[in-house]
Parts: sequence; structure tokens; C-alpha cells
Amino acid sequence: MVRIESISKKFLEHGQVIQALQDVSFHVQRGQIYGLIGHSGAGKSTALRAINLLERPDSGQVLFNGENILTKSPEELRHLRQKIGMIFQHFNLLANRTVSENIALPLEIAGWKKEDIYKRVIECLELVHLTDKAQAYPAKLSGGQKQRVAIARSIANHPQVLLADEPTSALDPLTKGEILNCLAELNQKLGLTIVIASHEMKVIRKLCHRVTLFRGGRTEETLDVVNGQIHPQSAYGKIFVEDL
Amino acid sequence: MIESFISFWPELWKALQETLIMLAVGLSASTVFGGAIGVFLYLWSEERLLKSPKLRFIVGGLVNVVRSFPFVILMIAAGPLARLIAGTTIGPVAASVPLSIAGIAYFSRLVELSLMDVSKGTVEAAQSMGASLRKIVFSVLLVEARPSLILGFTSLCISYLSYSAAAGVIGGGGLGDLAVRYGYYRFQTEIMVATVVGLILFVQLIQSTGNYFSRKMDKR
Repeated sequence: MVRIESISKKFLEHGQVIQALQDVSFHVQRGQIYGLIGHSGAGKSTALRAINLLERPDSGQVLFNGENILTKSPEELRHLRQKIGMIFQHFNLLANRTVSENIALPLEIAGWKKEDIYKRVIECLELVHLTDKAQAYPAKLSGGQKQRVAIARSIANHPQVLLADEPTSALDPLTKGEILNCLAELNQKLGLTIVIASHEMKVIRKLCHRVTLFRGGRTEETLDVVNGQIHPQSAYGKIFVEDL
Repeated sequence: MIESFISFWPELWKALQETLIMLAVGLSASTVFGGAIGVFLYLWSEERLLKSPKLRFIVGGLVNVVRSFPFVILMIAAGPLARLIAGTTIGPVAASVPLSIAGIAYFSRLVELSLMDVSKGTVEAAQSMGASLRKIVFSVLLVEARPSLILGFTSLCISYLSYSAAAGVIGGGGLGDLAVRYGYYRFQTEIMVATVVGLILFVQLIQSTGNYFSRKMDKR
């Protein structure tokens, strides 16, 4: 479904060139929960954001359902993005829109009709168990609730894949579980493909089917998660797992 | 005191009307054009939006030029333009032309500043949804910046009131002009005091109204 083929990306920061990604490849299959893991600065977030081209790689290919999306026009890219949901570490909800209005935003963008939007917003609220908060503003919600609103918003337009950028890193331990359960539920109920960038072992254990370990902008190794455990072969991988 | 005030009422009423005309014209122009320029100044500075250092430099520079003019001089300099647009160089409508120019420049910076405070994350979220630039501006940026935009507009109104006082120089009339003509030139201190007190009340009213709506809109 998502195939990343040897992408590289350089950033210019304070006059210094930083190699954020170098020759990174991975392949996410339909229905899978795929983890991009590693320490902060390892490139996992950049790699995740390359999938919807929020970060455009300098070279390589980003294939979505077999099509290279790097060659698409801005207009085509916008339409494609409407089919790729995304959630963020800091939720990125609109503070001056209610929960319902936040969830409605991607549907307005995709050009849905008003009645349809209304119905779909309620469905999404039910999926994340927040029906009672429909008219609340984000400021009145807990961190976990905000992230659930963000999840509802990201799946509103029936995305083919959900990108999750450190979705639990800003939450306390109890709430982390709440969000992980929510994502696992969506994966099972809707068969939603999820790509998740995280440095948290809990995310890997409870959620991921397969993970790619990043180190200094490169991929160190790719592993299947078996019974909530990964068994890295590389020296770095072993240290990484022990650390967590 | 009361007697002179009553005999003076028609003058005061006329001045108030002139001030309101200048405010109405100038504020509308500043909101529309200044708002648009402010939005672009912001978009041109953002990597992920319309980044264009060149346009930003040119338009931003122009805004700075207008803002560095002493208002009295700007007013005189704008005379030919006022004749072109308003058909005359005197009166409140003509005075609205330089007022608008100054207001557009001022408000554009206020809008730019408000937008800079909008969290980059929300813009990014909208982009990840495939929002068009238009949608990002109208459904995200302007909505998220609303409380601060209202305060900016309030600030604009008050600056306008004080700018419009200088309009007397080119026969624009208005409250400030009245205070100068009667209070200062004719030594009718009570008129000057009354007008100034009126202006103070007017400013207080504008500011509290602005604060009220800004707070009401702010859901953060």
C-alpha cells in the first residue's frame, strides 16, 4: 500500500546541512500497523511525513498504491492527502472550533454536503466514544480526549491509511493506553492501515505488527513484532530495546 | 458653561458626523485591503505556504515607507490621490483617502502579527487534510487568529480616531479638528476639554467593546 523506496532528505539549519534521511526504504501492507521507531532525531518523523509529502524527499520514490506521488501536481496531491489521515504529538486541533467542527474540517475540505458531514461527524464521535463532547471546545478536554478528537478527525474522510506522528508522547501513561486501544480498535474494526512514528516501547508492544528501526537518518533493521516482542539482530537494536 | 455648550451642540454634532464618516470609510478600506496585505505578508514568509522573500521585501518595504511618514505630511502628499478618488481635497471624504492609506499599512502589520501567533501545527494539520490555500486562510488562519484580530482591529479604530484629529489640516473636520480650532485657536478651553473628554470616552468604549468580543471569541 505504501512503499518508500530509498528516499533521502537534507535540511539546511543555521547554515548547516543536516542529513535527515539517507537511503530509507520500507513497505507498509494494507491492514498493517507499521512502526517507525528510533531515538529522537533518528529520522522516523521525517520518514513518516514523507508519506504524505509534508516533507518532500530530495530523491527516491514514494509509492502509494503503486503510484509515485512525487510526480503529482499540487492539485492531485491535495486530493491524495484527503485520503491519508494524520494525527500529531500535540493534536493540532483548532482551538476556536468545537469538537464537531474540528471533525467536520476534513470533510469540508473534501467538499462533502452539509447533511452528510453532520451524519459522518456523529459516526466518528461514536467511534472514539466522545459523543457527549460534540459541542465542547478543545480547551475543555483532557489530553487523551483531544487526541481522540484528532483521531476522529483523521478518519472522517475514510482514509486508506492513517499516519500517527508520536501520538502518545505528550500523554500520561494511563492515557497512552487509551489512545493505543483506540487505534488498535480502528485497525481491527475498519481494517485501517496505520503507520506510526514513536520512540515508545509500549507503542511497539501493544500496537505494531512490524517495525523499522531508525538510526541517524538511516534504517538500521526491520523486524516483525511477535507476541509484543522484537528481537533485534543489530548491536544498536539490542541497545535500543534494552534502553526502553 | 452649559449655555455655551448648548449653543455649540450643532458644531459638535457635525464634527462627530465627520469623524464617523472618516472612521467608516477608513476602517472599511483598512480592513479589506490591509487585511489582504497582512495575510499575504504572512503567507510570503512561510516556507510551507507561499514563501517569497522578494515579494515580502517589496510589499513589506512599501508598508514601512507609508508607516514612516508623519501623518500630516502623508495627508498633504495624498492630496492629488484624494482628488482623483474623492473628487475633492477637502472635507471628511477626501481626508479618508490618506487615512485609509495609513490605516491599510498599519492594519496589514497587525494582521501579519496575529497570524504569526497561529500554531504552525494547525496549519500543518490542514495541509495534511489536503486543504487548499484559500481554505487554510479562511477556515484555519483567520479563525484561529480571530481573538487577536479583533484586538488588532480595536487598536486600529483608536489609532484612527487620533489620526482623524489631524484631518483638520486639510479641512477634514471632525472632533479633533474641533478641539484644535475652538479650544486652542479661540481659547474656548471648555470646548476643548469637552471634546477631549468626549474622545476619551469614545476610546474607552471602543477598547472595552473590542476586549469583550475578543474574549468572547477566544476558546483557547
